[in-house]
Amino acid sequence: MARPTDMFVWPARLLHWLMAAMILAMLFIGVGMVASVSERHDWLVRVHKPLGIAILLLAVLRLAVRLRHPPPPLPADLPLLQRWAAFASHWLLYALMLALPLVGWAMLSAGGYPVMLSHSLRLPAILPANGVAFAVLRHLHAWLAVLLFVTFLAHLGAALYHGLVRRDGVLGSMVGWRPRR
Amino acid sequence: MGSNWSGSLHRMMRRAGGWWRYGVIAGVPLAVAAAWAYTAGWLAPGRLTAPRIIDQIQVNSGSVYPGYRRAHAKGVCVIGHFVGSGALQPYSTAQVFMQGDIPVVGRFAIAGGNPYAPDGSVPVRSMALRLTQPNGQQWRTGMNSMPVNAVATPQAFFEQLQAQQPDPATGKPDPARLAAFFAAHPETAPFRAWAKMARPSASFATNSYWSLNAFELVDAQGAKHAVRWRMVPESAAEDAKGQGDNYLAADLVQRLAAGPLRWHLRVTFAEPGDPTADATKAWPADRREIDAGMLELTGTTPQDSGACRDINYDPLVLPDGIQASDDPLLPARSAAYAASYLRRTSEEAHLPGTAAGKKETR
Repeated sequence: MARPTDMFVWPARLLHWLMAAMILAMLFIGVGMVASVSERHDWLVRVHKPLGIAILLLAVLRLAVRLRHPPPPLPADLPLLQRWAAFASHWLLYALMLALPLVGWAMLSAGGYPVMLSHSLRLPAILPANGVAFAVLRHLHAWLAVLLFVTFLAHLGAALYHGLVRRDGVLGSMVGWRPRR
Repeated sequence: MGSNWSGSLHRMMRRAGGWWRYGVIAGVPLAVAAAWAYTAGWLAPGRLTAPRIIDQIQVNSGSVYPGYRRAHAKGVCVIGHFVGSGALQPYSTAQVFMQGDIPVVGRFAIAGGNPYAPDGSVPVRSMALRLTQPNGQQWRTGMNSMPVNAVATPQAFFEQLQAQQPDPATGKPDPARLAAFFAAHPETAPFRAWAKMARPSASFATNSYWSLNAFELVDAQGAKHAVRWRMVPESAAEDAKGQGDNYLAADLVQRLAAGPLRWHLRVTFAEPGDPTADATKAWPADRREIDAGMLELTGTTPQDSGACRDINYDPLVLPDGIQASDDPLLPARSAAYAASYLRRTSEEAHLPGTAAGKKETR
C-alpha cells in the first residue's frame, strides 16, 4: 500500500486543478480579448477582471496550503537538473500567479480606470493615475502572461514526461490515482 | 476482452518503440500553443483587430504623432461639473443622474489624426467627458457633432478608412475608391447628407454633441431602457467662420474668461423597433426626451499638460445603471481606443519600439 505522503493533500489537488482551468482560460481570454473588436471583446474584458482577482485570492490560499502541507518528495532517482527545473518552475508559477493579477490591477489603476469587477463592484486603485506607469505595466502584464504561458507548457510537458516515460508516480500524486507498478 | 484489447494495443505501442510517448509529450503542448496563437490572431492576419484599425488610421494621418491620440488628435482639455436634474432617476440607478454635483474632466477635439490640422479642415467636432461619481465609479462618453455615424459595423468602418487612405501621388483620398465605398455602403447616406450641409463651427461652444451609439439605462428594478443622448448648448448658434488655423482653443479661452459654458444632457428613449445596433439611423424626432441635467464647463488647459491628457475616453467605462447596447461599434471603439491609448502612453514613457523611442535614436 502506498504511503499517504505519496500524494498531494486533497485541498492542494483541488486548488491545482481548479486553478489550472482558470489560469488556462485566463491566458486564452487575455490574448483573445486584445485581438477582438466584436461583442466578444467587451464580454471577455468583463470576465477577465473578476477571474484575475479570483486567481489572486486562490493563489494566496494555495501558497498557504503548500507551506502547511509540503508536496510529496520527488523520486530519489530524479537527475539533479530535473530536480532543479522542477523547483524553479514551480516557484516561478507561484510568483506569476500572484504577480499577473497584481500587475493588471496596478495597470488599470495607473491608467485612471475604475477597477470594476462587475457592474457595481469596484476595487480601489493601488497606484495613482500616471500614463507612463500605465504603459510600463501594460507591457509588463503582456510579457509576464507570455512567460506564464511558456512555463505552463513546460509544466504540462514535464507532467506528461513523468506520467508516460518515467512512470514514477509524480503525475499520479497530483491526478490522485496511483498507477499499478 | 477488455484486457485482451488493451494488451494488443500495448504490444503495438511497444513495437513502435515507445516513441509515441515522446510524440504526446511534445504534441500536446504544441497543440495548446497553436490554439493560443490562433486565439491571439497570430495565425489569422486577416482578422480585424484594434491594432489594425489604428495602423490604418496612422496611415491615413500621413504620419505618427508621438504621444497624441491616434484619432481626434487635435484638442483641448476642459474641466467643470455636471449637475443632475434627478429626472432620469426612475430609469437609471447611476449616481450621475441624481440631483447633485459631479466633477467632470473633458476634452474638445476635431476629427482626424493630425494634431496640427487647421480647425476648419473638418466639420466634425467632438466632446469627451469623464464624470466621476461619489462612489468612485465613472461614466466616460465620447460624443460627436453629428447625429448619425457614417457606418454601422467595425468592418465597414475599417473599409471606410481604407477607402479614405490618401493617394501618395495627390495626398488626397482617391475619389474613385471613395465613390466605390459609398456605393457599396448605402447606409452612409444620412451621414453624407449631414456632411454636405455641415460647416466647421467657429466655436466648440455652439455645437450639439451626439452619443451616436445607443446605450441601456438600468433602473432600480433591473429593467432596461434603450437610449441615446446629446449635449445641447445654451450658447446660441453663430454663422461666424473661424479665422486662422487654431481659433477653436482661443475661442474657448475667451468665452470661459467671460463665464462658464453650459450644455443640457437630453436623453432620448427608444420605442420598440427603433434600431439600437445601427448608429447610421436616427430615431424618429418625436421620441420622448428627458433633460438629465446641466453640464457646466469652467476652465480649459492645453491638452499636453491638462488633466484630460492621460484619460482614455472609452465609451464602455460606465457606472452601475448605464450599460452598453447591442451596437457593434461600441466594443470596437473600446478596443481601438485602448490600442491608441497604449501607443501614446508608451511613447510618453519612451519605451523601446515606440515612435518616440525611434525618434530619440535618430
